[in-house]
Amino acid sequence: MGLEEKIPDSIILTSLDKVVNWAHKRSMWPLGFGLACCAIEMMSTFASHFDLARYGMEVMRPSPRQADLMIVSGRVSMKMAPVIKTLYEQMPNPKWVIAMGACASCGGVFNNYAILQGVDRIIPVDIYVPGCPPRPEQLMDGILKLQEKIDKESVKDRHEEWGRKAV
Amino acid sequence: MPMEEKVRSFLKSSFGDAIIREDNFREQQSFYIKPDALAPICEELLHDGELDVRFLSDITALDWLGHEEENNGRFEVIYNLYSLSHRYRFFLKVHLPANNPEIASLTHLWQGANWLEREVYDMMGIRFEGHPDLTKILTPDELEGYPLRKDFPLTYEVPQFSWNKDQPPEVIK
Repeated sequence: MGLEEKIPDSIILTSLDKVVNWAHKRSMWPLGFGLACCAIEMMSTFASHFDLARYGMEVMRPSPRQADLMIVSGRVSMKMAPVIKTLYEQMPNPKWVIAMGACASCGGVFNNYAILQGVDRIIPVDIYVPGCPPRPEQLMDGILKLQEKIDKESVKDRHEEWGRKAV
Repeated sequence: MPMEEKVRSFLKSSFGDAIIREDNFREQQSFYIKPDALAPICEELLHDGELDVRFLSDITALDWLGHEEENNGRFEVIYNLYSLSHRYRFFLKVHLPANNPEIASLTHLWQGANWLEREVYDMMGIRFEGHPDLTKILTPDELEGYPLRKDFPLTYEVPQFSWNKDQPPEVIK
C-alpha cells in the first residue's frame, strides 16, 4: 500500500485479533490445583526439567480470579464436581480448560458411583490430553495445541459469545 | 505366657459362651464372637490392666453375599484392636444378619470409633446402636444405597463405543 513507508519505524500495523491472541496465548496463567496422580506429572511439567515457563505460563495462580487456564489434572469425584464448577465460574473470561488424563476426559478406569465420567459433563473442555497419566511432553503438546486453538479465535466472536458488544 | 494365650484365656474364662470360633491366618489372630457380647468384651479388654488393649485401630466390614450359610449371617464386622504396651494386634469379628444389621456402638469406649463406625455405616449400611451421629461421612448426600455391598452395581454408566455413541449415557441403577 505504501503506507508502511510513510509511518515511523516504531509503529507496526497488525490486526487486533493477532495482538490479543498473541498476548493471551503467551501469558496464560493456570489455576494452581491438582486432583490426583496427573497433578504430579503437571508439577513436573512446571518444574525445571521441563520448564513450562518457556511458553509463558509458569505462574500458577492460587486464585481463580487471576487464572486463564484450568488444567483438570486427575479424576473428579462426585463431591469435588461442584467445587470444580464453582472454580471455573469464578475465573474471568476468556478462559480455557484442559482435561488432563483419561479420568478427567472420560472417567478412565473409574466407572463407578464415586467418579464423574468426564469433566466435560460440568464444564466445557478445550483440549483433551490422553494418557494415564500423560507424560509432561504430552501435556506440553496439549498446551501447544491450545495455543494454536487460541490463535484461531477472534475477539469479535468471543464477545458475541459472552453476549457483549464487540469492541 | 505369650499375649495370644493371655487374650484367649481371658476371653475363654470371662466370656466363654460368646466365643464362636477362632482363626489364625499368618500369625493374625481372630476371635469370632456373638454380637451381643462385643461391647462388654471391649470394655473389659480396655480396662484390664494386664492386657492393656487400649487402641482401636480400625473397624471394617465384609459382605458375604451368597455365602450367608457358612458364615451364619451376611455381614461381618471386624474390629482391629491393638495393645500398645504388648505390641500385639488381634481381631474381633461378629456376624450380622442381612435384614437390619445392627450392633452396639463403641463410641462410649473409644472416641475414635465415631468416624470409623460412620464409614462402615456409609459404605455397608450397618447401623451402630448408640452412636451419637450416625450419618454419611464419605459419599455424597444424594447417593442412595451402600457402595461396598456386593449387590451395589459395579459400573456407573454404560461405556460409550462407536455402536452406542449416539445414545445418551445410561446410568446403571
